[in-house]
Amino acid sequence: MTASLTAVAYLGATILFILSLGGLSNPETSRRGNLYGIVGMTIAVIATVLGPRVSAAGIPWIVAAMVAGGAVGLYAARVVKMTQMPELVALMHSLVGLAACLVGFASYIDTSIAYTGAEKAIHEIEIYLGILIGAVTFSGSVIAFGKLSGKIGGRPVLLPGRHWINLAGLLAVIWYGRAFVHAPSIEAGMTPLIVMTVISLLFGIHMVMAIGGADMPVVVSMLNSYSGWAAAATGFMLSNDLLIVTGALVGSSGAILSYIMCRAMNRNFIAVIAGGFGTGEGAPAAKGGAQPAGEVAPVTAPETAELLREAKNVIIVPGYGMAVAQAQHTVYEITRHLREKGVNVRFGIHPVAGRMPGHMNVLLAEAKVPYDIVLEMDELNGDFPDTDVAMVIGANDIVNPAAQDDPSSPIAGMPVLEVWKAKTSIVMKRSMASGYAGVDNPLFYKDNNRMLFGDAKKMLDEVLVSLKA
Amino acid sequence: MSQVIGVPRETAAEEKRVATVPEVVEKLIKLGFKVKVQAGAGDAANFADDTYRVAGAEVVADAAALWAASDIVFKVRGPTPEEVGLMRAGQTLVSFLWPAQNPELMQQLAARKVTVLAIDSLPRMLSRAQKMDALTSMAGIAGYRAVIEAAHHFGRFLTGQITAAGKVPPAKVFIAGAGVAGLAAIGTAVGLGAIVRANDTRAEVADQVQSMGGEFVKVDYEEEGSGGGGYARVMSEGFQQAQREMYAKQAREVDIIITTALIPGKPAPKLITSEMVKSMKPGSVIVDLAAEQGGNCELTEPGKAVVRQGVTIVGYTDLVSRLARQSSTLYSTNLFRLAEELCKTKDGVINVNMEDDAIRGLTVIKDGAITWPPPPLKLPAPPPAAAKAAAAPAAKAHGHGAGEPMAGGALAGISIAAALLLWLIGAYAPAAFLGHFTVFVLGCFVGYMVIWNVTPALHTPLMSVTNAISSIIAIGALIQIAPPAAAAAGAGGRPDELIRWIAVAGIALTCINMFGGFAVTRRMLAMFRK
Repeated sequence: MTASLTAVAYLGATILFILSLGGLSNPETSRRGNLYGIVGMTIAVIATVLGPRVSAAGIPWIVAAMVAGGAVGLYAARVVKMTQMPELVALMHSLVGLAACLVGFASYIDTSIAYTGAEKAIHEIEIYLGILIGAVTFSGSVIAFGKLSGKIGGRPVLLPGRHWINLAGLLAVIWYGRAFVHAPSIEAGMTPLIVMTVISLLFGIHMVMAIGGADMPVVVSMLNSYSGWAAAATGFMLSNDLLIVTGALVGSSGAILSYIMCRAMNRNFIAVIAGGFGTGEGAPAAKGGAQPAGEVAPVTAPETAELLREAKNVIIVPGYGMAVAQAQHTVYEITRHLREKGVNVRFGIHPVAGRMPGHMNVLLAEAKVPYDIVLEMDELNGDFPDTDVAMVIGANDIVNPAAQDDPSSPIAGMPVLEVWKAKTSIVMKRSMASGYAGVDNPLFYKDNNRMLFGDAKKMLDEVLVSLKA
Repeated sequence: MSQVIGVPRETAAEEKRVATVPEVVEKLIKLGFKVKVQAGAGDAANFADDTYRVAGAEVVADAAALWAASDIVFKVRGPTPEEVGLMRAGQTLVSFLWPAQNPELMQQLAARKVTVLAIDSLPRMLSRAQKMDALTSMAGIAGYRAVIEAAHHFGRFLTGQITAAGKVPPAKVFIAGAGVAGLAAIGTAVGLGAIVRANDTRAEVADQVQSMGGEFVKVDYEEEGSGGGGYARVMSEGFQQAQREMYAKQAREVDIIITTALIPGKPAPKLITSEMVKSMKPGSVIVDLAAEQGGNCELTEPGKAVVRQGVTIVGYTDLVSRLARQSSTLYSTNLFRLAEELCKTKDGVINVNMEDDAIRGLTVIKDGAITWPPPPLKLPAPPPAAAKAAAAPAAKAHGHGAGEPMAGGALAGISIAAALLLWLIGAYAPAAFLGHFTVFVLGCFVGYMVIWNVTPALHTPLMSVTNAISSIIAIGALIQIAPPAAAAAGAGGRPDELIRWIAVAGIALTCINMFGGFAVTRRMLAMFRK
């Protein structure tokens, strides 16, 4: 294959990637979108392997590496549970980050293409940046994976003066960057490069450690964005347009996704990109606002079933608790049962419910809930006054009325699902503990609210039994 | 000066309805109108003249005096030639008219220089107009009465019973056409305990049939029969064949058939052939609500109930009139709602506002000029994004619109910064870099454009597919593994072994991502279903 043919193949792959992302915008076309992605990737890989920059000697190595990696990937995709999707995605981001680092180092020690003057400087800056972004993506994703899978505690770890630490790290990176570009030989350049890599790795760890579990959806999509930028930086380094454009696509799409998430949580986008968000400036949560007053009214599973049976309109608001308890199938059973009885059951999904964007939708889809009764917050928030029962399953902050009523609350201004406007709201929860934002929830004390304490799956099973009785 | 609403007695032989009932007279007077009623107008619907007087209406002895004294006339049926002769210029008439079927009547009315609002020409798609929709309220009554007539002629219970005297199976009812009348008939028949099935060429009504307690019977043929305005349209020959087979099967099985199939401006479709009637059990009943338009059954005789092949075929055209008190009440309420729309000032003077879509559709003659058919209804289009943007630049960001503008100052600031950055790059960077840079910036933009439209439900699959796509970084490792340039350069200090191992590791890692990412996305997307 000639260089021109390869270039044309890359162009085709690029278009397919764009179509792939476009196809994902709508459930009807999404499967085709994924297919476009697969075809685009296949074309890109084959064109490269047969192209002028890979000699025949490399092909056995390539095939061996691809078979090994592909087998692991396919196995992981088969066995992963839908509730573990956020972990898997975070782990995969870390692989992209690591690969970017490896390619960067390999490119640096590769002397087969010689650059001079400004080109050399630019090439070296590109290597430096590519490794930097790759390293941050790698370590950040590993920590995010740890947090999402529960291997690392979800609480934010805040070092004293952490912004200064970050600033110092940045200055050190710039200083070593200068040293790196001016290094006379590869051996001399290696030291600043390795020091920078270590700093970047530490920075990635620090950044994600400082973020509370509730903000994980933003982190996951942000890391997604970083992995795209890493690919783009690698593309600059290797003068490969396909890498650049694909990296830019992924990077900007991840950034926009994070931006959408941020808006849904009323957080500052810039603060997120800079890292270390999810904490009000030193103001500890739950101390500022007035403590909600009133009695908590508990309710039993049979009573819940009774309320649901008598309702005409029901809105279910799922949260991370449903994912943890793996209750989505029981939720669907209840939904189906109620719908057969003529009850209008719908799902209200908050944009940041769960641990990654769209997490709830995936779980409900897995449980075969038809997607046309799964609605976004904006689509059904106005319907709560006409709703008989709003059932909150393992969600807390996203249904907290304090976000609207209490300007001193840490989550003030965050859009929430207005479940308290329903005739009755039932909150299913393990205990009275506060959510990830650490804010007490006045909803629990409202007159029309009932608390159903216990594990979501167990309680819902009991509700289902009572419903069928 | 408040206007006078006149309510004449209906002249058609079998018409028992009256256009305004005493209850509504009171409401009209509250709107500022005076009401005159012809003596005996409400007799057939059991509204005595005295009840009109108590409500505040003046009872006028004869029709000529009433027509002469009225500014607005409320009627049920369209006017007879004699009644048209009583009209004077400037008068307004509100009644059923069916302008498409009655062109001569339209000409006569136009010649009298009057204004005519045909209640049947209401644009039914406007949700605002539904309170005035007399067709719907009348159709509901017809559907109810059709079941009552069927039960009357049917020699058995409709509900199933197990008694000491033996077991009674429930009657099976099939309803052809699930419009308003059909749905009302389903509800009534279900209420009486029958097993109810229904069919309609419009597939979207299946849910409505089920919501009324009926079972939707599909025609085994793919074609959509919605003809706009909530009516059905004529179907293809293949469909009609499949439909006939389905009807023949139903005819053999059921005890009662109620047909309600109408296509606007066309004779009613013949759904039930004489063979089908023959195949029905003796004692079965067919009620043909389309009798006035020729009937859905070949053996229907309009206006009569006849027995053919042992099957009673009811072709009454006055089902609504047979429930005169109920239908008069509903019809007069529809007219009252119309009066409210015509007289928003509540001063007893109507204003036929042709700018109002609902009124425009209703008005078939305006001051002697025929204004029927009305121009096609402009349904409100979503406001263009640009207009919204101009209106509220400082509005709180919400939703996912890409069209939300930044404040002018910020936009200018960003533009200047971007221009400066571009200038710096242009001034110092080498040409090769600029090419890549162009590609990069355009790539960012395309990503931005594409992602704004993604529904939140798909955010997780989107992330996993972008993740898979970002394993394109494998290309980087691929071209390092064994570049021909290295071979050409010989042992130019390139640590081949080391690079190869790094590249192999890179390829393996990204392939985990590549294969795993696409596979898991596939798995997720397969779960999304309607």
